[in-house]
Amino acid sequence: MTKIGLEIHCQLTKLQSKLFCSCKANYREFQPNHNICPICMGLPGSLPRLNQKAVESATSIAMALSCETPEKIAFFRKNYFYPDLPKNFQITQLNVYGDMSIGGEGYVDVEGKKIKIRRIQLEEDPGRLIYEGESERTKITLVDYNRAGTPLVEIVTDPDFENPRQVRVFLNILSDLLENLGVSEPGLEGAMRADGNVSIEGGNKVEIKNIGSFHDLEKALHFEITRQKSLSERDIEIVQETRHWDDRRKITVSSRSKEEDQDYRYFLENDIPWVKIDQETMTSLQKNMPESISSKKERFVEKFNIAPQVADILASDKYYSDLFENAHSNSDAKDIANLITTDLMGFVDTKEKREESKLTSHHLSDLIAAINDKTLTRTSSKTALQEIVKSGKSVKELLTEMDLGQVSDSSEIESIIMQVFEDEKQAVIDAKENPETVNYLVGKVMQKTKGKADPTKTLELIKSKLN
Amino acid sequence: MNLKTSILDYINDVKSGSFTVEEFTSTTIQRIKDVDDDVHAYLSLNESAIEDARIIDKKISVGEKVGACYGFPISIKDNICIAGSKTTCASKILENFVAPYTATVVDKLQNEDVVITGKTNLDEFAMGLTTEFSAYGPTKNPWNLKYVPGGSSGGSAASVAANECLASLGSDTGGSVRNPASFCSVVGLKPTYGLISRYGLISYANSIEQIGPVTKTVKDCGFLLNIIAGQDSNDDTTIDNVNSDYLSDIEQGIEGKKIGIIKEMTSEGLSPEVSDATKNAIQDFEKLGASCEEVSLPTIPYTVAAYYTITSTEAGSNLARYDNIRYGYDFDSEGYEYNSYISKSRTKFGPEVTRRIILGGFVPSAGHAGKYFLKALKVKSKLISEVNRAFEKYDFLISPTAPVQPFQFGEKIDDPVTLMLLDYNTVTANLTGKPAISVPYRVTGGLPIGMQIIGNSKSEKSLLQAAYALESKTELPEVPL
Repeated sequence: MTKIGLEIHCQLTKLQSKLFCSCKANYREFQPNHNICPICMGLPGSLPRLNQKAVESATSIAMALSCETPEKIAFFRKNYFYPDLPKNFQITQLNVYGDMSIGGEGYVDVEGKKIKIRRIQLEEDPGRLIYEGESERTKITLVDYNRAGTPLVEIVTDPDFENPRQVRVFLNILSDLLENLGVSEPGLEGAMRADGNVSIEGGNKVEIKNIGSFHDLEKALHFEITRQKSLSERDIEIVQETRHWDDRRKITVSSRSKEEDQDYRYFLENDIPWVKIDQETMTSLQKNMPESISSKKERFVEKFNIAPQVADILASDKYYSDLFENAHSNSDAKDIANLITTDLMGFVDTKEKREESKLTSHHLSDLIAAINDKTLTRTSSKTALQEIVKSGKSVKELLTEMDLGQVSDSSEIESIIMQVFEDEKQAVIDAKENPETVNYLVGKVMQKTKGKADPTKTLELIKSKLN
Repeated sequence: MNLKTSILDYINDVKSGSFTVEEFTSTTIQRIKDVDDDVHAYLSLNESAIEDARIIDKKISVGEKVGACYGFPISIKDNICIAGSKTTCASKILENFVAPYTATVVDKLQNEDVVITGKTNLDEFAMGLTTEFSAYGPTKNPWNLKYVPGGSSGGSAASVAANECLASLGSDTGGSVRNPASFCSVVGLKPTYGLISRYGLISYANSIEQIGPVTKTVKDCGFLLNIIAGQDSNDDTTIDNVNSDYLSDIEQGIEGKKIGIIKEMTSEGLSPEVSDATKNAIQDFEKLGASCEEVSLPTIPYTVAAYYTITSTEAGSNLARYDNIRYGYDFDSEGYEYNSYISKSRTKFGPEVTRRIILGGFVPSAGHAGKYFLKALKVKSKLISEVNRAFEKYDFLISPTAPVQPFQFGEKIDDPVTLMLLDYNTVTANLTGKPAISVPYRVTGGLPIGMQIIGNSKSEKSLLQAAYALESKTELPEVPL
């Protein structure tokens, strides 16, 4: 049986400052090496100052993943030389000498299967290396320390996945969960990274690193499973090793540096005293924890009678669920949910579009109100929605400006029907013989009125005319 | 004007107008010029000392609020950062390092209007007991220039002893303040771990080291401690000292106090002179009204091994950042890749630092940690419970600060193990985090002997009372320089 385990790194991008200094956690907007200070540069004489908020955010992740959390946590030094590490050690956590990391022993329910979370730890992100030149033997390596010290949560699963598809579902659930918690924006470049390990029946475990995206992870896992199976079929031993994902060739390559042999000489980081996480903190974190996705979904279904698929989409995505929660009243909840999932999702399907979008929850409730009091047709509402996303204009403004108001005046509709009957003689004959084809004529009327004609009234009038 | 004055007397004299801060500062600088070619206590001098003094004089003359220090001259060990000036750690690898920040302790002193004379010599990165491991040449003992001043804060202790300043700040990882204080006949305190901020102190073994004052008198030590102790938001390991006043009631005496004489530090390995002095000191304590008895702390024979195992591990990690990439000395990277460049650039470390880095790579490594590093941590925790138990019975624990008197240059430098045993009496305070002070007690054969008093955690106030009581029983000659 194939076994896959994951090691996910997620930056706490919602925090103001880095893990041990007051530089910005959001390093992305800076010129290289402009978001640094003596502490994150590890200058001699500087000392780390723990960001307590990071401990709280990480703990709430542990709680959301049903982990056990120790009463006090400690930090360790992981010692190794690398140009992106200003101190040549990384401050991280370790459970070898007892449970001292943020959390462990949790789980995530993935399509009815429990994926165990082995460990969650809080650590500092290293800086970034930028290679100049495409070749393997690239000449220049540039170092940008803006990222060094960014709060990072490492989540390690047991090898509980059976196939790459489960991995994908899990990562979607996890990334929605982190966003819902308000601790991270997994959509930001580099904010969420995952490494995997794979073993097949009777074979050794192989770790895969250097994976750029979740999409690549799935490809890398597929490749690795196929590679291992073909070795196994030919009775060749699968070596326990670390392999790197080669993004250009789309294969895994045995890594030359023997990372698995590296001795990190872990020991306690004594510059940071043990952190007690008392019951009071836990209670307050629990209290302030946002509602979980599954509970939201349940609530949407039960309270508003929203279809489970629609509720699932709404609840999983913090952007949509926030819009929904702010827009709906108890009576129009279902309509708003449908408006979001059928129409809006097409207009704001990327992070950039969401950021640029001028739409507020008021727009949604106004739109539904306009549809319900028949000043706007469902079809025109889609056009209006698109315009609102772009310009942020009010529904009222748009109704006049864009000439979107619903046409329900019988004589006006009748004159359009007459025109359609003129143009579509064959269709009129067909409709007379077979009433089921009448919708074609309704459609033509809607087309002519750009969707503004009241569809119920139009149908009534056409039917009476045909008779 | 007398450069041999204590800080407290100096302040009275400046307040009463006997001399100006500038006068005292320039006399001090003249003294440095006269003797420091021989003593070599300083690695660099504060070029603006006179200017700093004038500013304070101005404040005094116009009646502006003056800080508690009234411009007394103080030297700072060169592993404590002062913004804008070099901090070398007496190492070639930091030859040109200029910190962009000032250590909390220096900040606090400057806020109280101190005049900094300069940065003092040390064993490279504070690793050593004689200052012979300074990359810039050793400091000499002002009592006899052929003898070592102790270390690693040898420059600090010698600068105070040779009247090249009134006080100094050193750092004590395993005795580095107390040992040179003992060898140079000055007062040296290693406070409770966390009492003084380490922000700006370049780490050697951060879990046990502390900055400590080096002064001529116990009262001066209390005066300095009042200024530099206390919680600091830049150092998460600092503790709240609830604004203790270490100077008030310092003359209270030690009548009725119980003193434990640490058997393992007084029975074997002491030179006859140190042994005699210790016996006298015990008698003095009893005359002062304290009761003394021997106490055995059986873990002590293992402490030096544990100390070197722990400090090497931490040093290996703390000194890993010196890869000459972000700061350091001029060294062209042409022809090197990352690994060969950093290993080449790190050959600038001196022999003792290299030795400890190598040891620090070995003792915590996979497959060896159980035998060395983890065992050392066990010794540490066993020692802590032993010492805590002793403090249930005794107010103070005493021993001579060093088992021997100062020795000549070159005598022990080639024998690292013997050199390490010099730490035998001092490392216990570091491993347990307890405060300990070295008080000048005798000068025998022209060379000083200091007594060590160890107190319980955060008991600096009573520790200084005991030290003051012992100091009042002594009458010591003046330094012959």
